[in-house]
Amino acid sequence: MVKKKATNLYEMTASELSGLLKKRKVSSVEITKALLDRIAEVDGKVRAYVTVTADLALEMAQEADRRLAAGDGNPLTGVPIAVKDNMCVKGHRTTCGSRILAHFVPPYDARVVTLLHEHSMPILGLANMDEFAMGSSTETSCHGPTCNPWALDRTPGGSSGGPVAAVAAREAPLALGSDTGGSIRLPASFCGVTGIKPTYGAVSRYGLVAYASSLDQIGPIAADAKDLAMVLNVICGHDPMDSTSVPREHPDFTKSVSKGVKGMTLGVPTEFFRSLDNAEVEKAMSEARAVLEAEGVKFVELSLPHLDYGIAAYYIIAPSEASSNLARYDGVKYGHRAASFDGMIDMYCRTRAEGFGPEVKRRIMLGTYALSSGYYDAYYLKAAKVRTLITEDFKRAFEKCDAVFCPVAPSPPFKIGEKIDDPIQMYLMDVFTIPVNMAGLPGISVPAGFSADGLPIGMQLIAPHFEEARLIQLAAAFQKTTDHHTKRPAL
Amino acid sequence: MQYEAVIGLEIHAQLLTESKAFCGCTTRFGNEPNSNTCPICLGMPGVLPVLNAKALEYTVRMALACNCRINEISRFARKNYYYPDLPKNYQISQYELPVAEHGWVEIELENQVKRVGITRIHMEEDAGKLIHDETRPVSYVDLNRTGVPLIEIVSEPEMTSPEEAAAYLRVLRSILVYLGICDGNMEEGSFRCDANVSLRPKGDKNLGVKSELKNMNSFRFVQKALQYEIERQTEVLSGGGKIVMETRLFDPASGTTASMRSKEEAHDYRYFPDPDLLPLRVEQSLVEKVRAELPELPAEKKKRFVEQFGIPAYDAGVLTASRDLAAYFEETVTHYPEPKQVSNWIMTELMRALKGEESGITSCPVRPKQLAGLLKSIQDGTISGKIAKTVFEEMCATGKDPAKIIKDKGLVQVSDTGALTNAVVDVLDKNRAEVERYLAGKTNLIGFFVGQVMKATKGKANPKALNEILTEELEKRR
Repeated sequence: MVKKKATNLYEMTASELSGLLKKRKVSSVEITKALLDRIAEVDGKVRAYVTVTADLALEMAQEADRRLAAGDGNPLTGVPIAVKDNMCVKGHRTTCGSRILAHFVPPYDARVVTLLHEHSMPILGLANMDEFAMGSSTETSCHGPTCNPWALDRTPGGSSGGPVAAVAAREAPLALGSDTGGSIRLPASFCGVTGIKPTYGAVSRYGLVAYASSLDQIGPIAADAKDLAMVLNVICGHDPMDSTSVPREHPDFTKSVSKGVKGMTLGVPTEFFRSLDNAEVEKAMSEARAVLEAEGVKFVELSLPHLDYGIAAYYIIAPSEASSNLARYDGVKYGHRAASFDGMIDMYCRTRAEGFGPEVKRRIMLGTYALSSGYYDAYYLKAAKVRTLITEDFKRAFEKCDAVFCPVAPSPPFKIGEKIDDPIQMYLMDVFTIPVNMAGLPGISVPAGFSADGLPIGMQLIAPHFEEARLIQLAAAFQKTTDHHTKRPAL
Repeated sequence: MQYEAVIGLEIHAQLLTESKAFCGCTTRFGNEPNSNTCPICLGMPGVLPVLNAKALEYTVRMALACNCRINEISRFARKNYYYPDLPKNYQISQYELPVAEHGWVEIELENQVKRVGITRIHMEEDAGKLIHDETRPVSYVDLNRTGVPLIEIVSEPEMTSPEEAAAYLRVLRSILVYLGICDGNMEEGSFRCDANVSLRPKGDKNLGVKSELKNMNSFRFVQKALQYEIERQTEVLSGGGKIVMETRLFDPASGTTASMRSKEEAHDYRYFPDPDLLPLRVEQSLVEKVRAELPELPAEKKKRFVEQFGIPAYDAGVLTASRDLAAYFEETVTHYPEPKQVSNWIMTELMRALKGEESGITSCPVRPKQLAGLLKSIQDGTISGKIAKTVFEEMCATGKDPAKIIKDKGLVQVSDTGALTNAVVDVLDKNRAEVERYLAGKTNLIGFFVGQVMKATKGKANPKALNEILTEELEKRR
C-alpha cells in the first residue's frame, strides 16, 4: 500500500483535475491521454475494461478543451469517466457482460451518456460487469473476471467490478456504475473507493440495459465524496423518457462537502451487527464509529426487523423482472442468434442457451417460476409485501436518526473462484445492501479501513429518499479526518 | 333439453392517435415495413416506455361513453409470451387494475332495448405483423404496427344469440367512430372481435364451459361463427358429450370453427405490474374535461331525430349510423325543412352514390345546401322528381349547383299549358291508330302517349299538367 501526493495526472481526483483544467494548467486531451496510457499499462492485470473507447474519449476531450477555452465549461468538463458496460453508448458495443449482446452496437445513447456529452466528460470506455449485472464478483461476465487491484487473485466485487476497479487502479478518476442489490456499494467496499447508489428515480434509467427495473439505479464511483457530489450534480434530474424518474429539483451536492456533522444521529441496526461474524469488519466499523463520534455524531441502536427477509424477497422480485426484461434477447432482431436451428422455437432455445451464462439462466428460471400462474401470489406478491415492510422499517428508523450506519459487506474481498459455485454464499454478500434497493433509498459506500491482509473494508450509510446530500455530508466529514480513501494499491 | 347460448365479446379497437402508445413513432398505416419504428418500439436494450397522454384521453372518452366507472389508479402489466411480432416478448397491457370497469351500453333488438354490461376497458399496445414467404420457409417481421395503442373492451356474458352479439358489435363500433377514436375498420383489423360462447340448459343460472372464437374479421363472420359454434355445442351436449375449454379458429371458407389450442396448451402469460410505468393516475380534471367534450352519441341522436324531425325510427337509425351522415342530414334540413323528404333522398339516391359507404359522406361533392336546393326545385315544380335524379347524378359528378345544371341543360319543367297542348296534339296526330284503340277502350295506352310527349319535351313536361291536357285532348277526339 502506497500513500503519496498525486503527481501523475491519472492519480488525481476529479476535483483536482477540475481545478487544473479551470486554471488551464493542463488540457483535457493531456489528462485523457495520461489515463489511456495508464489503462494500457495496468489493465492487462486488472482487466477493468471490456472496450476502451480511445477515439471517442479524445474527441470528447478536444471538445472539452474548446469549450474550456471559450469559457463555457461545467465543473467536470474535460474530466474523463468510465461507464459500466450496461449503459448504451451510441456507435460503441455495449455488451452487458453477455455473449448474447457481445456484438450489439446501440444506435442511441443512454440518458446519462447524453449528459456526459453535454458536460464534455470524455468517455474512456465501457467497464466489465457480471453478466446482466447478475453477480457479486464480476466473475459471471462473458469477458472473464476483473481482478481486485488490491489483490489480483481476489474479486473486485460486483456487479460493477469493472468501473470500480478502474477507479481503484487509477484507470479512471470517475466511473458510472449501476446498483440493483449492491452492485456499486459492494465493489466500492472491496476496492477501497467511494460509491453511491442514489434514490430510485433520481437518475434516469433510459439506456441502462435493464436487469430488475424497479431496483436498478445508476450511480457514481470516485475516490472521495467530493468527487461523487460533482458527478451527482451532472446525472441527477428528471428525464421525460423515464416514467420512473422523479421530477424534482436536486440541490448542489458539492455544498454538502464542508458542512460538518456535529449533532447528527446515526442509527445502528442491531440485526445487521448481530449477524456479522467477521472480526475485521467489526473492527473497522467500531473504528469508523469512533471517528464519527469524535466529529460530534451520536449513535442510537435501532431495529429493522424485516431486513432478514431482504435477500429472500429480492431473489423473487429481481429474477421475476429479469425473466421478463431479458425475454427480448431472442435472436430475432439483434444480438446473438444461433448459427443452426430447426424452426422458430428451436432458434429461440439455441440462441438463448448459447447466449446466456449459468447465473443468468438460473435467475430467468427462478423468475419465470415465481410469476407462473398458481405461484404468483405465494412468491411475487408475498415478496412485494415484504418489500413494503422493509420500506416501513426504514421509515420508522428515520424517525430516530438522520442516517443508518452499517457495513457494506459481511467480509473483505474474497478470492476469485471461491464462491462462484455456491450461489447462496454469493447472494449473501449483498445482505446489507439489498434492503436499500428494496426500499429505493440512497446508500453510500465509504472506505473505512483495511484487513490485516491489506484488503479494503467499507462502511455503508443509508439516508431517507432524496437525501443524497446528507450522505455526501457524512462521508465527506469522515474522509476529512481519515485517509483510507487516499490509499492506492501498488500495481 | 333446450339450451340457451351465452355470449361475451372481447373487442380490440386501434386508437386513432398520431403516435404510438409508448413512443413517438407515427401510427400511419401503409408505410414501408419497419419504417415507423424506433429503439423503444423495437424493444432494444435499456429503452423505456412513456405513455401517450392522448391514448389515455381516448380511453377515458370510450369509458364515459360506455357508462363505465373510471379507476383513479390503474396499472400497466406485462403479458409475457414469445412471438417474433412482439419485440420485447411481452405486451404492455393492463390486468388487475384496468382504466375503467362496470359500464353498459344499450342495444336495440326487435322492438325492445337490452342493456349489455361492459366488464372492463383497458389499454394495451398492438403487436407487429408477420409476413410469410409462400415459396420458402422464411417469415418476415414488420414492426410498424408494434406499439400502436389499443383498447380492449370486454363485455359481460349477457348476449344470447348471434344477432344480439352482432347488434352489440355494431353499437360499440358506432360509438368508437362517433367518438373519433377508432376508424372501426374490421377488414383492416383496426376493430377486432373475439367471442366467448357457452351453452347452458335454458333457465339455468350457472355458466357452461366456453370456447373462445378467433379470426372473425367481419360482422357477418362473427354472426356465422357464433351460429356454427352454438350448433356444434348443442350437438355435442345433446349427444351426451362435454364441451372442452379451448380456443377455436373460424374458417371463413367453410363457415366452421376448428380447435386451435386447449386449456392445457393455453399460455401462462405470467402477468405482473410493469415496473417501467408508474401506477396510472387518471385525474378528475381529465375526466371532467373529456365528459364536457363528449359528443352526442348514436343512441341519443337517434332518439332526438325521431322526436325533433318526426322521421321513422328506421330512418333515424340509418342516418345516425354515422356521425357525419347525421350531420349532413341535419344541415340539409336547415336549408330545406322537410325532414322525411331529405331522409328519403339521403337513404336512397345519396347512399347509392356513396356505394353504401357512409364514410364517403365527408368527401361527397354534393353538399347539404346543394341537396336542399335540388329538393326545393322539385317542390316548386321547376323540375320533376325524375329529372331531379338526372340533375343529382350531374351534381355528384361535377359538384355544380342544381340551379346551374337545370339552367345550362334547359331542364326546367314545361308547365305552360299552350306549349304542352301543342306537344300533345302533335303526338296524337302522329299516332292516330293508337288514338283509335284508346277510344275503343284500350285505356292503358295513356302511358304510351305520356311517354311520347315526354320524349318530345325531353322529359321536361310537368307530369300533372300533362295528364290533364292529354285526357282532355283525347276526349275531344271521341
